[in-house]
Amino acid sequence: MEELKEELKGKIIEVLNLEDISVADIDDSDALFGDGLGLDSIDALELIVLLDKEYGIKLSDPKQGKSIFESVNTMADYIAKNRTK
Amino acid sequence: MDRPLYISHYSKIENGRISVDGNAIFHTDEAQFFAFIKQAFKNQQIDYSKFYKMDNLSKLAFLAAEVLLNEEEDKEDIALVLSNKSASLDTDVKYQGSIQDAANFFPSPAVFVYTLANICGGEIGIRHGMKSEHVFFVSDEFDAVTIFNYATYLMKSLKAKKVLCGWVELFEENYKAVLYLVEERGTALHTTDTINKLVKN
Amino acid sequence: MFSPVYISAMNCVTPLGLDLHSNWIALLEENTGIDMHTIGYFENIYTAKIKNLPTVRSDLTYLETMLYLALEPLVKLKNLDTKTGFILSTTKGNIDFLSEGKSEEAHLNKLAVKLAHLFGFITQPIVISHACVSGLLAVSVAKRLIQMGQFDEVFVLAGDKVSEFVLSGFGAFQAMSANPCKPFDLNRDGVTLGEAAGAILVTKSDENALVEIVGEGAINDANHISGPSRTGEGLYQSISSALKEAGIAASAIDFISAHGTATPYNDEMEAIAFSRLGMHEIPINSLKGYYGHTLGASGLLELIISILSLQNNKLLPTKGFNLKGTSKDVNIVTQAMDIPLTYILKTASGFGGSNCAAILKKMNG
Repeated sequence: MEELKEELKGKIIEVLNLEDISVADIDDSDALFGDGLGLDSIDALELIVLLDKEYGIKLSDPKQGKSIFESVNTMADYIAKNRTK
Repeated sequence: MDRPLYISHYSKIENGRISVDGNAIFHTDEAQFFAFIKQAFKNQQIDYSKFYKMDNLSKLAFLAAEVLLNEEEDKEDIALVLSNKSASLDTDVKYQGSIQDAANFFPSPAVFVYTLANICGGEIGIRHGMKSEHVFFVSDEFDAVTIFNYATYLMKSLKAKKVLCGWVELFEENYKAVLYLVEERGTALHTTDTINKLVKN
Repeated sequence: MFSPVYISAMNCVTPLGLDLHSNWIALLEENTGIDMHTIGYFENIYTAKIKNLPTVRSDLTYLETMLYLALEPLVKLKNLDTKTGFILSTTKGNIDFLSEGKSEEAHLNKLAVKLAHLFGFITQPIVISHACVSGLLAVSVAKRLIQMGQFDEVFVLAGDKVSEFVLSGFGAFQAMSANPCKPFDLNRDGVTLGEAAGAILVTKSDENALVEIVGEGAINDANHISGPSRTGEGLYQSISSALKEAGIAASAIDFISAHGTATPYNDEMEAIAFSRLGMHEIPINSLKGYYGHTLGASGLLELIISILSLQNNKLLPTKGFNLKGTSKDVNIVTQAMDIPLTYILKTASGFGGSNCAAILKKMNG
């Protein structure tokens, strides 16, 4: 699980072009949206693509994204349970 | 009300060089646009992480506007009249790459949003709070007559206090941006001839 | 300060018909151009596609054929000289060339020049590509350039086609509905894409004028590149600017042809903007339920239909709307209405924080 979280942080930085942030800067429980990493609506949509492309998970309802993308912890949990890749 | 209009300032970005009012403010030997513009951004010490999400055209337009507007105070009523040859084609081609292959079909919303010519203007607007008249023209070469008339209309009709005009063209590694500010006071008279020479030289 | 500017001719090519008259008849019968189609990888999706577009010339692409058919009736008997302008509005033009690896062919200006030559325009064509406000903004640009004396008259042509490029993009944005769109409705969940071409003649001459363009504005939100301002600031200012130019109060507007794309955010933003201006009781509709969202054509196509409404003193219901779905109440037209109309307001909004508003006044008699 730890490995997945580290991998996830790296992918998030890459896919969202978070140039001035490193993997070490992101805490597993940091809020990704709002006050934490400050991601926005387009970033949320990109994370949905990330789930599909890297882990083979297609979100049936994009609104689920809100809870799944709360933090690296919640994302990793969801991926671990639902990945097909 | 036919008061004359002037060009107060202009910026240029071409061949790894950025200048304002004819004075070089940054230069690099970096051949690749991506690397050049990132270096320029860091060199200018701009605190705006959204820059890294932009496509190449928007990065070009953003920097050209940034070095020109950083001394301006009242930016809300500065209109934006931009133009280029390739519209958003550079990003369009990149986006097409994400949907070309049925087996590897992952359209990216972050790339798709930049597949419209006017987004680079939108980025400038957001950065400087320009809640003003915006337009984006596409033409093979800078259309001095149309841009001159359009900017003059905006000033004459009082639909803008100043107008930021110019050319922001980028396709692959060919890029050129020339932006100039039209207002009631300045150094050079705002004429079709002046802006044509400014952009094309 | 500036001379008046009019619109004196118009035409459109859409899934409801290949000319103006057939479109109006179809609309009166409340037919929709939205149907289920398979477009490339997109199987059984709702879009508004033109049925049986004829082949006019073998050297024209699908989009060029649409544009040609829209403009040809307006141009054919006209003398095109150095004071005749040609403005093309499109968001993606011949975008399909990209899937063939022909990026050179996809240049928007190339499309404009080809059409200009075909019709015999001698002035350099002007291309406006400004997201979904392009079609309406092109009308503003035409008016402004006439008022600056660059032209005496301008043919404005707008068009976009349904493409995998755009379908996939709106899909990635989760902005496309799985069902025919529901503008302003409580259960709206996205756009239905469509294709169309529209053409008008904007002129300084009042001969045969249908309407006068009495005011217009195109103010950017300067807030977010894909989401509209939550307070509708740019649209509010665009409409205010148009009203100020027209010299009329908001209450003088008889009807609003809104953008109404059926995304949760757009329709909410428009309702807020109209409400802020005190325009919430003025009849409003959206035509997206008949035509889908035709992107670069939408502003112009919907303006054309609104002029038909104006001429006939008849408002069309908002197809797809059932239940109030915005936080601010607005007066959505739900049934065809016969009411006297003098001033109408057309609005459009789009990616990049763009907005546009234009006010038209019916000519007397």
